[in-house]
Amino acid sequence: MTTHELALGQVFHLAGKTAREIRRVDWLRVGLIALTVLVMFVLLILPLAIVFVTAFRAGIGAYWSAISHPHVLAALKLTLIAVCISVPVNVLFGVAAAWLITRHNPPGRTVLLSLIDLPFTVSPVVSGLMFVLIFGSQSLFGGWLIEHGIRVVFAVPGIVLATVFVTFPFVARELIPVMEAAGPEEELAGVSLGAWGWKLLRRVTLPSVRWGLAYGIILCTARAIGEFGAVSVVSGHIRGRTNTIPLHIEVLFNEYQTAAAFAVASLLTLFAVVTLALKEGIVRRMENPIEPAERERD
Amino acid sequence: MKSRPLRVLPGFGLSFGVTVTALSLFVLIPLATLVARGLGMSWESFTGAALSPRALATYRLTLLTALTAGLLNSLIGVLLAWTLTRYSFPGRRLLDGIVDLPFALPTAVAGISLTTLYAPHGWLGGLLGGLGLKVAFTPAGIMMAMLFVGIPFVVRAVQPVLEDFDRALEEAAASLGAGPLTTFRRITLPTLLPAILTGFSLSLARGLGEYGSVIFIAGNMPFKTEVTSLLIVAQLEEFDYQGATAIALVMLAGSFALLLGLNALQRLTLSRREAK
Repeated sequence: MTTHELALGQVFHLAGKTAREIRRVDWLRVGLIALTVLVMFVLLILPLAIVFVTAFRAGIGAYWSAISHPHVLAALKLTLIAVCISVPVNVLFGVAAAWLITRHNPPGRTVLLSLIDLPFTVSPVVSGLMFVLIFGSQSLFGGWLIEHGIRVVFAVPGIVLATVFVTFPFVARELIPVMEAAGPEEELAGVSLGAWGWKLLRRVTLPSVRWGLAYGIILCTARAIGEFGAVSVVSGHIRGRTNTIPLHIEVLFNEYQTAAAFAVASLLTLFAVVTLALKEGIVRRMENPIEPAERERD
Repeated sequence: MKSRPLRVLPGFGLSFGVTVTALSLFVLIPLATLVARGLGMSWESFTGAALSPRALATYRLTLLTALTAGLLNSLIGVLLAWTLTRYSFPGRRLLDGIVDLPFALPTAVAGISLTTLYAPHGWLGGLLGGLGLKVAFTPAGIMMAMLFVGIPFVVRAVQPVLEDFDRALEEAAASLGAGPLTTFRRITLPTLLPAILTGFSLSLARGLGEYGSVIFIAGNMPFKTEVTSLLIVAQLEEFDYQGATAIALVMLAGSFALLLGLNALQRLTLSRREAK
């Protein structure tokens, strides 16, 4: 057999193989897609669907009276307070940490990175416990605070602190890889053209990382709204005063007011769906580079 | 070699100050307080709380259910990542977006929704009950809740690796006569392994500490269906701060040790692959 014949034989062998392969892989493909759809339907879509079905089980009137109850409105207000404080703290810290880590390469960079990630590895319940230990009546500091009429635990400040802790890594974690990938060249050019301080951050850095920042803010908001374990430990569960929306859902569910619990839960679920849609939009933006026309407007 | 041009950029002092202050206030001081409280306890009272039979039962249950959920999530995660990256079909983008639902959905909502779904007369609970399987208010229910909250981890870790994967390798294997399963096992899977491990450890860590989605479906019977995070809350409700601290420290040490171990394992698989 010459080398030529050998090569030819291999080509024919390959062609036969692929033709058979295509037919077989097709079945595999159909089977895997069907299995994926089934798994996702049972594990993800059914839990989502049952929220809305149960919420409207008692009719639209019952739904409306459940979500407009004064305790729900008070819980909504408290949840909004927690979000409005934890998100700015998160952005401020995230931008500072990302700037420090990606633009100044500080000593102890690895330690800093693992410390930033730490709240993700701590159980929410343990996070709440930490603040109870600092500010609770059994501690020296907590006792002193209570003597001076300042309540942290079982009050709004504790809920805010616990929310800040559990959401702490979100913006920093999204910004660090984006800024690392962008590199310092644009900022160096900005500096050489005379941009400095806030101007540099606002005009050069933030426009190029804005989608990463938006992504972090969305994740942070979703977690701040939905946090349960940590907030549950530091909240006193006082209805209309220290119950956030998720805590109020627990109360309703445990009192067998199932339809009402799901009516309130449907609000959070709706928000979760919006979050997913926004995320999807942002991910697409991050994949496609900014169009020149948009760049001009900045 | 990197640091010289970087020093030109401003803001070192400010960003350092903000980062370190925020980290200290919100992370380090709370953590140090917890550790200091634990160190302040006598050995007897520490072990009395942390190693009580009730606490040991929660560790066993939590570890078992979280491990099962993590393993199942690895299987499901590879399946979903594979289908969603390799095949195009109508609704693919929608399904891909829904994968993140457990991250976006508040845990309390997930908890009550799974409980209602798997309750004896629920949509799935009734179905499984006919087969003689009980999920809600049993360890299986706890596992289902941990499974739900951990779904995105493996999918999101594996997807980018699959996207960057050099298809030529798989095609070469197929042209040499390997079937799709052999190709997957011998070529694709080893490449995915570090990513699977990352997703597995994240899912496991999440399951170990999970509270919100678990407590509704668990049943919460001491020694039977009580997870560690719930025991901490139970101790706090009895104002047993020492007991809660001791158990929290065990939990913290356990999850750190686990993550460190898995990190080391991952580095090992990575370096082994590079050596090849």
